[in-house]
Amino acid sequence: MVTVDELPEMKRFIEWFENRHEYAKRWDERTGGRVVGYFCTYMPEEIMYAAGILPVRILGSHEPESITRPYLHDMYCPFCHDTLAQALQGRYDYLNGVTIAQSCLHMRQSYFSFADRVENIEWSYYLPFPHGVNNPHAADFAKHEFEKFKKSVEEWTGKEISNSSLDNAIEVYNKNRELLTRMFELRKAEEPFITGLHAMYIVVSSQVVDKAEHNEVLESFLEKVENGEVENDREIGTRLMLIGSEDYDAELFRLIEYGMSYPATFVFEENCTGSRYFWGLVKEDGDRVMALAKRYVYRVPCPAKDWARGEFFGRRRFQFIEDVIKDWNIEAVIIAQMKFCDPHELDVPSLREMLDKMGVRHLHLELDLTQPVGQFRTRVEAMIEAMGEEDLFI
Amino acid sequence: MEVKVRPFDCWNDFKNYRMNYYREYLEAKDKGGIRWAGSAWAFDPVPQGLGEDVYPLTGEPYGATAAFFKDFSMRALETIERKGAARDLCGYMRNYWGSVAMDKYLLADGSIIEPFPKPDFNFTIHICCSHAKWYHYAAELEGGVPTYAVDISVGPGYTLDEKKIEYVVRQLEDSITWMEKITGREYDDELLIKAVENEAKSMTLWAKICKLNQAKPAPMEEKSMFSFYVLTLIRRSDERVVKLYEQLYKEVESRVKREIGALNYEQFRFVTDNPPPWPFLKVYRYLEQNYGAVSVGSIYTFGLGAAWLGMDEKGENWIWEPAQTPEEAGFEIHDRRSALWWTALFNLKYRASWQHEYSHWVRKQETYQMVKDWNTDAIIMHLNRGCELWNMSTLEVRDYLVGKGIPVATYEGNMADPREFDEARTFNVIDSFMQSLGIEKLS
Repeated sequence: MVTVDELPEMKRFIEWFENRHEYAKRWDERTGGRVVGYFCTYMPEEIMYAAGILPVRILGSHEPESITRPYLHDMYCPFCHDTLAQALQGRYDYLNGVTIAQSCLHMRQSYFSFADRVENIEWSYYLPFPHGVNNPHAADFAKHEFEKFKKSVEEWTGKEISNSSLDNAIEVYNKNRELLTRMFELRKAEEPFITGLHAMYIVVSSQVVDKAEHNEVLESFLEKVENGEVENDREIGTRLMLIGSEDYDAELFRLIEYGMSYPATFVFEENCTGSRYFWGLVKEDGDRVMALAKRYVYRVPCPAKDWARGEFFGRRRFQFIEDVIKDWNIEAVIIAQMKFCDPHELDVPSLREMLDKMGVRHLHLELDLTQPVGQFRTRVEAMIEAMGEEDLFI
Repeated sequence: MEVKVRPFDCWNDFKNYRMNYYREYLEAKDKGGIRWAGSAWAFDPVPQGLGEDVYPLTGEPYGATAAFFKDFSMRALETIERKGAARDLCGYMRNYWGSVAMDKYLLADGSIIEPFPKPDFNFTIHICCSHAKWYHYAAELEGGVPTYAVDISVGPGYTLDEKKIEYVVRQLEDSITWMEKITGREYDDELLIKAVENEAKSMTLWAKICKLNQAKPAPMEEKSMFSFYVLTLIRRSDERVVKLYEQLYKEVESRVKREIGALNYEQFRFVTDNPPPWPFLKVYRYLEQNYGAVSVGSIYTFGLGAAWLGMDEKGENWIWEPAQTPEEAGFEIHDRRSALWWTALFNLKYRASWQHEYSHWVRKQETYQMVKDWNTDAIIMHLNRGCELWNMSTLEVRDYLVGKGIPVATYEGNMADPREFDEARTFNVIDSFMQSLGIEKLS
């Protein structure tokens, strides 16, 4: 028996995550294809994939930097600073193109500066993805914009995207979504083998490598875990849910799951480096582009796009969170909010109120480029300690 | 140069309109009227179809008014922060939320009324990260006020196509059905048509007035313009607003002809870019009194509520020419759909401040062309921590303008949070900037 960490598949996910730039360069050499960086998970990657492009999510490196201040205001979030810093340091010079599905303002600004300042960018595309995903006309509008995006990709690559290549892309991406969902389902177990750190490596690696390749490795990984070929070498402790955005700082997961006096394990991540990225399939439809539009519009929304609209006075994301808390038997929630992230900040007071009503303990951490590990440890430990206070007086 | 100056004849009319605006909203229910609240960018003609007794309260101007009265603002900000609102969120929004949370309402003269007059519904647009969520949370604070937000994030005007307009029109059609349901009123399309026509007139008139400020000496300085431009943001579809702008246009035109200026001594012309620090408008007076420096406008004051041609069809150059009204464009508004189509098209295509949300190239061209067309010597940029929307692209614009040889000064502050402004430091920045350009202090 081995632990999840010892599985070769897990090692592959980590290697992909850590050496994502090298992977993309090798892929480029191997296939002669084009690599396009994208901002925001509302990007219909399938269209690019169908055109023989490798879409890679643009990420930062969580290293201190001071080179983005001439271009981005200080009050913009650390993630957008970090992504632009990568560009300015030449780490994305291998990209042939860059694109964004209309996202929050900070990410947009980072995209504009990125597109201008990365050396070899020959194609850039701003996709006006709807903000109002809770209105019934959004899918129709998204379809219209996806069609224009598809046309632009075709013009740039010089080849038409056939129905069969789009079908293939949808199949590959859906398969990845199914596998990732299966992986998350396994974490409902009383003693889950997969931690938040593992899940982060698995999901984020899927954003930066060829999905078909990722599917093979993930399938093999899941078979081993499901067949009981792994064992746990750590105590599960408090079952945590992470609510946030671009939470791919391994340091944060290591601290909470492996570095505290009290055991704790993330069993679900509601963020765009976790479930929000892959939850919900593209459903077969004669109109492929409409099928894509519906999937992206009706997926679990980012807070930037989730707001009341007439008859619907709620937030779809909150409904999802409520279900997850029940189904995954969540004991406490860590709200990991990127500093200066307005969409999340706008939801936090109402989210905390909802969690209070549900009787779920929660802790709000503000993330920066690097994390104040000592302070976070104390705060998370204090929360867990407080959760056990009733036991102290029995 | 020495300049003739004189007060504006219509000054008090504008001031009174604004004063009455807040009072009319407050007292609407006494007369059986309807109150609605929303962004200053909301499609303000649409609720007007509910009747002639419909009164809006637009959030950004209200937030700016609150910020101007520092004591009220501090209490509002701290109240909402205690409820968990982050300090870096939109300054206007935090003042508004704080006001709702304190259950205190501010009039334009600083009088405080209790309780905060709850709207019958919230109706807004969504373009930055805050607008729809602003009113969603406000509605929660107010105990569940019905709320509707229209997504307008379809891209810049020069890329506009029928599908994009249709997306917005459909949402507006739905909103009318929804308004009828929640108010129990029958919608009057004739009132809508009139309101849409008034909106276009107000916005193009304000653009024409701004254009007159290209003259030397400038007939208006920006601090006074704040009292004029705001009517395009509080109730532009009101016929009274159209009349006021017609009056102002004539007066400014006459001032240009007679070379009546804004300052006694105009030795330096500049533009700004962002919402000003409302609690510290003395920055403008400092520049005027010490340097004879006149701010002739900004992409904010000109772009927020005026209608301009904007980017050319290729998306290459910005054109600061007033857009056409439906009448001038030969567009016939004859029913609900054509009225909604026009207001959607007009705002999406010609509202200058919506254009640069999708591209910093647009913002660069827009700002560069303003510096040129209004014959200015420099730009003074407010790195405004209170609005992430208006701060998008600012530093890239600075970089671009410097590259074009245009003098640029920046100071950091917050449009609506008095705690985030360093007055002495700002004056130091101004002094250093002026010295570097060889501009002497007036004796």
